[in-house]
Amino acid sequence: MKHYEVEILCAKTKDKLCFLDKVDPNSTIGEIKAMFHRSHPQWYPARQSIRLDAKGKSLKDEDILQNLPVGTTATLYFRDLGAQISWVTVFLTEYGGPLLLYLMFYFRVPFIYNTKYDFTTSKHWVVHLACMCHSFHYVKRLLETLFVHRFSHGTMPLRNIFKNCTYYWGFSAWMAYYINHPLYTPPAYGEQQVQLALIIFLFCQIGNFSIHIALRNLRPPGSKARKIPYPTKNPFTWLFLLVSCPNYTYEVGSWVGFTLMTQCLPVAFFTLVGFIQMMIWAKGKHRSYLKEFRDYPRLRSPILPFML
Amino acid sequence: MASSEEDGSAEDKENNKKKTKRPFVTAWLTIYNIVMTAGWMVLAVAMIRFYIQKGTHKGLYKSISRTLKFFQTFALLEIFHCAFGMVRTSVIVTGVQVCSRIFMVWFVTHSIKQIQNEESVLLFLVAWTVTEITRYSFYTFSLLNHLPYFIKWARYNLFIVLYPVGVAGELLTIYAALPYVRKSGMLSVRLPNKYNVSFDYYICLIIVMLSYIPLFPQLFFHMLRQRRKVLHGEVMVEKED
Repeated sequence: MKHYEVEILCAKTKDKLCFLDKVDPNSTIGEIKAMFHRSHPQWYPARQSIRLDAKGKSLKDEDILQNLPVGTTATLYFRDLGAQISWVTVFLTEYGGPLLLYLMFYFRVPFIYNTKYDFTTSKHWVVHLACMCHSFHYVKRLLETLFVHRFSHGTMPLRNIFKNCTYYWGFSAWMAYYINHPLYTPPAYGEQQVQLALIIFLFCQIGNFSIHIALRNLRPPGSKARKIPYPTKNPFTWLFLLVSCPNYTYEVGSWVGFTLMTQCLPVAFFTLVGFIQMMIWAKGKHRSYLKEFRDYPRLRSPILPFML
Repeated sequence: MASSEEDGSAEDKENNKKKTKRPFVTAWLTIYNIVMTAGWMVLAVAMIRFYIQKGTHKGLYKSISRTLKFFQTFALLEIFHCAFGMVRTSVIVTGVQVCSRIFMVWFVTHSIKQIQNEESVLLFLVAWTVTEITRYSFYTFSLLNHLPYFIKWARYNLFIVLYPVGVAGELLTIYAALPYVRKSGMLSVRLPNKYNVSFDYYICLIIVMLSYIPLFPQLFFHMLRQRRKVLHGEVMVEKED
C-alpha cells in the first residue's frame, strides 16, 4: 500500500504548519485533524477547518484522503475557526437562564418590584398558569437537548453563546417582568381567552415534541446521515405533508398561544422576532432539502402551509 | 449618527459593471444623488444666509427644519436601493445609519422644541451638511464615471473631523433634551394597561446615548480602513506608472 504525505499550510499566510508522512490513504480528514492536533495542541480538531483550497469549503471529517483530488503528496489548508463550544453546553445555558430568571420574577425576588411586593404572589390565576407553561416549555427543551436531539456538528463558535444567551435571557426577563408585575392586567376576554390559549399552547408543545422524536428516529445513533422526513403514525407529524420544518411551525404556535394567554405586548414581540428567525432557518433548510433530494415533495412550504 | 459610507473601491467597480447591464438603475441613482447633493447644498446656503443676516444661530433650526426633514427622510430610499441590489452595501448598515438620522431629526429636534436653539444642534447640522454634500457628490461623479480627485480626497479625509464633531453635536443635543422629556413624560407608557407593557422615553434616550460607545468606534475605524485601502491603493498605481 502506498503511503501518502500530507502537508498542511495556513490558509491565510501559506506558512507550512505541519508535515505528516506515511499517512494511510484510507485515513479520514478527522484522523488527519487528530494528527495535526498532536503537533499543534492549541488547535483541537473541533476548531480546525481543513480545505483543499485556501478559500474553499471545509472538508468533512468523514472524507477519505485517497478519494480527494490530491496526489500522493497532498497539500491541505488550515483555518482556525476560533474557540469552540459544544452545542449541548450552549443549549443548556441558553435554556437554563430563562427557566431560572422567569421563576425569580414569579416569586418576586427583592430589587425587582417595589419592596412591599417582595416574595408575594400574583392574585391572578393566569399568572400562575403562565409560569407553569413557561417553565414546562424550557424544561422540555432542556430534556430534549439531553435525550432527544442528535446534533450534526459537535460544536459552534464560542461567541455564539454570548449572542444566544443575551437573546434568550434578555427576552425572558423582559416578558417575566410584565407578566408577574403587581400591576399586571389579565386578558380582556377572561377565562375563554386563557382556555383557548392553553389548548393552542399544549397542542403545539406536543406537536413540537412529536416532530423532534420523528427527526431523531430518522437518524440512527452515531450517524450523520441525512434523509427526507415523512409523516409517521403520530397525527402530529402529519404536518410534514405541508411543511418542511413543522417543529418551527409548532414552536411559533406555542408562543402565539402564550401571547394570547398573557395578553402581553413584549411576549407578542418575542413571538414575532422568533418567527422571523425561524422563518429564515426554515427557508434555508427547505432550500438545502430541495438541493440534496431530487424527489423532495413539491407540496411542502418551509414553515407555514401554502404561505411561507 | 454618521452618513452612510460605502466601500468606495468595490462600489466603483460595481458601478462600472452596472452601467453596462442596467441603464435604468444607473439613471435613477444618478438622478437621486444629484437631487440629494442639490438638497443639502440648498440647506447649506440657507444656513449661511440665516447666520449672515441674523448674526445668531437662534431660530436657524426653525428656518431650515422643513427642508432638513424632507431631504433626510427622503434618504430612507437608500435602504431600498440596498435591498433591491441596486447599490452594493449591507441593508442593515445603511438601515442603522439612516434610522439614526431619522431618529435625531424626528424624535429629538422635531419633538423636543425647547432644544432647537442649542449650539449643539448647529454643530451636528454643519457636520451633516458638509458630509452629505461630499458623499452625494462623490456618488454622483462616480456614477458619471468622472470623479475629481478632490472629491475623493474630501470623502476619505473630512470624516476624520466631521464624524466626531457630528457625534458630539448629537450627543450634546440628546443630553440637553433629557430634562424636558422627563418633565413632559412624552412618548412614554405606564402600567397598568391592557397590553401589559411600559416604555420610558427618558431611559430610551439614555440607552441611545450609551449605544454610541460601541457603535461610533466601529464605524469610525471602518472608514479609516476604507481610507487606507482607497488612498493607499492610489499611491501604488502611481508608482507603477
